[in-house]
Formats: sequence, structure tokens, C-alpha cells
Amino acid sequence: MSVRVVLPAHLRNLARVGSEVSLEVDGAVTQRSVLDALEARYPMLRGTLRDHTTKVRRPFVRFFACGEDFSHEALDNLLPEAIANGSEPFLVVGAIAGG
Amino acid sequence: MSQVRVLVGTRKGAFVLTSDGKREKWDISGPHFGGWEVYHVKGSPVDPARLYLSQSTGWFGQLIQCSSDGGRTWEPVGNEFKYASVPGTHQWYDGTPHPWEFKRVWHLEPSLTDPDTVYAGIEDAAIFRTSDAGKTWNELPGLREHGSGPGWQPGAGGMCLHTIILDPSNPDRMYIAISAAGAFRTDDGGKTWHPINKGLRSDMMPDPTADVGHCVHHVAMNPSRPNVLFMQKHWDVMRSDNAGDSWQEVSGNLPTDFGFVIDVHAHEPETIYVVPIKSDSEHYPPEGKLRVYRSRSGGNEWEALTKGLPQSDCYVNVLRDAMAVDSLDSCGIYFGTTGGQVYASSDAGDSWAPIVHDLPPVLSVEVQTLK
Repeated sequence: MSVRVVLPAHLRNLARVGSEVSLEVDGAVTQRSVLDALEARYPMLRGTLRDHTTKVRRPFVRFFACGEDFSHEALDNLLPEAIANGSEPFLVVGAIAGG
Repeated sequence: MSQVRVLVGTRKGAFVLTSDGKREKWDISGPHFGGWEVYHVKGSPVDPARLYLSQSTGWFGQLIQCSSDGGRTWEPVGNEFKYASVPGTHQWYDGTPHPWEFKRVWHLEPSLTDPDTVYAGIEDAAIFRTSDAGKTWNELPGLREHGSGPGWQPGAGGMCLHTIILDPSNPDRMYIAISAAGAFRTDDGGKTWHPINKGLRSDMMPDPTADVGHCVHHVAMNPSRPNVLFMQKHWDVMRSDNAGDSWQEVSGNLPTDFGFVIDVHAHEPETIYVVPIKSDSEHYPPEGKLRVYRSRSGGNEWEALTKGLPQSDCYVNVLRDAMAVDSLDSCGIYFGTTGGQVYASSDAGDSWAPIVHDLPPVLSVEVQTLK
């Protein structure tokens, strides 16, 4: 299953990738499986989206899919079919908090 | 031909400034990691091309970068700083217990003998070490578990371990300082630590001469005399002639003894530098005059160094890790300001000129003298 993920600019620079990445996700497509696949492919992103150990999302990071905010959804809930089949990207967004 | 490389960490990235031994013309490289806070950049004394950099933001947390070519290219390395045991609580600003949690890396101190070994001072205060060039980091828990930790409290910048000094004459001895816990020393390579704050007086504390709780802003040492330490405390400039076992105040005729930076001349171990700041709430130079003060007598007698520095309407601050010295024959002194200037003196402070004057607020300055 190929899932598309869009990263914020700072993390694109860190991972040295373009505007979006395509990931092979084994099994059910959930936030956890997508983030696991993302960190396995780009280990420099570990710790930037969620805690290394607890896997709790960093407070200024949000996850959007198909126009909805999934940041507070359970990590193992299925993501929409459009994310799973790659027709829509999973969005990693930095909260608006300029400075 | 000698070369000098100045490593500057700012609120919005890192900059590398290079010059030849004359230190008149400078090449500016950066921003590296633009938009990220770079608290500290420092090179290995045994492999000057090896640099380590602390990069963080509130959004994406802490990263550590390593360069093997003097800062031209960088690779992210390990960024997991996990306390070795349940960290418990320290005091919050109001005196209530507050959970200990990792926030960022303030200071990176490369080993004097091994380019792959680096110590990291973090907030909330603890010391970590890597021996694989940053891939993995492990806490030296004896400091945090010293027993006084529940009484430590944050300064205005957080509860940070900001100073790490390695003793070149004794590989088992290290000094660290924490705001606001004080200074500590280990004599067994980091296994056990004890506070070295005798002689410090902090009137804002319930017990002004307590063993811990002092807001030490920075400590400096000349490697040729590792038992002599100089300290800029929240208030008071102090010195110790016995490896921190006791301290005496040497503020002398300074216009104010509040400040953040302190450093020692590379070749004259009794020549020291501070930048007095008006007070702990104003955080700018007295009278709007940016003055470095130099003592050639190890303290007490100070002279203002003003040539080339703004002497009116200047309201910048100089943060604790933002002064450094090179080791050329005519010792160079460098400091960065929250206004984005990096000033350099190639004549031990007699005269100054800005290398750059419009960077983001400067958090740290380190210097490498390259032969």
C-alpha cells in the first residue's frame, strides 16, 4: 500500500526530500503505521513528530487527512480510504505559532 | 598561515565566520539550519574539522548535527536524550514541585582527547555523553541523582546545565554549572558529583549561603591553571583558586556585578573579561554603553574597554555562552549580542570591530584557532 505524506518545510529540509514522500505501509493504514513507516525510511525524523519512547505527538505538530484534523484521534484508528490508496496525502503540519 | 573560525549560534540558525590570523577580513557562511534555534556549536580540540551543533525548535524538538569538514556540510545524528532513571521533580518558580522533563541541549563540550566523545548539558538539567560521535547519548545520572535535585529551580531561561569544563590535567575531573542550582565537580569521570558553591552568596535565597540553589551564569578556566576558576553569578563575579572548593568575590570596581559571560585570556591566566549588565530585570548595559571590562589582576581591579563599541543608546544583552577567546599570539576576544552583532578584538580587548552586525539574536560564540 503506497501512502503519500506531505511534510512541513523544515522537516523536508532535514530529510532532504521534496514536497511529498511516498511510503509503503504494511497492513492497516493508521497514523501509527504511517508514522512508523515514515521514521523507518527517514530516521532523522525520529523525535521531531512524536516522542521517541512514548510516541506521543509533539504539541506543535498536527496531522490532517482529507480535510479533517486527526491529531487527537487514536493512533490505531484506520485512516480514510483515500489516504490508504494514495489518492489523498496525509499532511504533517506545524502549528501556526510564529516567532 | 593561521586561521580563525568563529562558530555562532543564533535564534534563527548558525553562522560560521572565518578569517586569517590578521582577523581583519571575514568570510561569512550561513545561515545553517535557518529558522531553527542553534544554542551552541563547538569543534573538537583534537580534530578541528569535527563540529557538533545543537539545533531545536518548539515545533520539532531537538536535533544534533555533526560536521566532519569544518561546517561546510552537516549530518543529523542521534537526538534521543532519555534520563537514565525516573527524573522526579525539581522546584518550579513558585517553589512547588515540578516534573523533570527534557527540553533542549544548551551546551556541547567535545572531549579533549577523542573526537567521537562529547558531553551535552541539557534542560531540565542533566549531563549526557556520547562516545560514538553523537549516534547515541547516555546520561551520567550521578549528577541529577546527587540528592539535591528536588531543590533545584529554573532561572529565567529554564533549568539549564549550560557550562561544562573539562580539566586538561585530570581526565576524571569536570566542572558543570546549572541555573539555578550552582556549580558541581566530579573527580571520578562523572560517576559522582558534589556541589562547589562555598563562598557564594545569593540574597534572593531563603538561605543565602546554601550548598545549592545559586544562579551561576557562567564559569571559565584557563587550561594552563585548571584549579583556578572564574564565575559570573547572577549577581557577583567570583574566583576560586582551589578547583571550586571555595570562592571569593572579585567584583571590585565594576559598574554592576550582574552579567552573563566571563572568559579568560588565552596566554595571561590573570586577565579576565566580563560584560556588566545593568540588572536582572533590565538585561542591557548600564547607561546604554556597551563595555567589556578587563581585569589584569584576576579580578577586583577592572578597566572599561570601549574603543569600537557603541557608547550611546545601546540596549543589547550578551548571553552566557556568547564570549570566546582564540589562542593566537595576540589573543583575540569575541562576543555576540542579542542585537545580532558579533564583535571581535585582535588585541586582547584594546579595540573592537563588528565582524557582522545584523544577525538574529546571538545565543553562543565559540572560536577555533586553526594552524
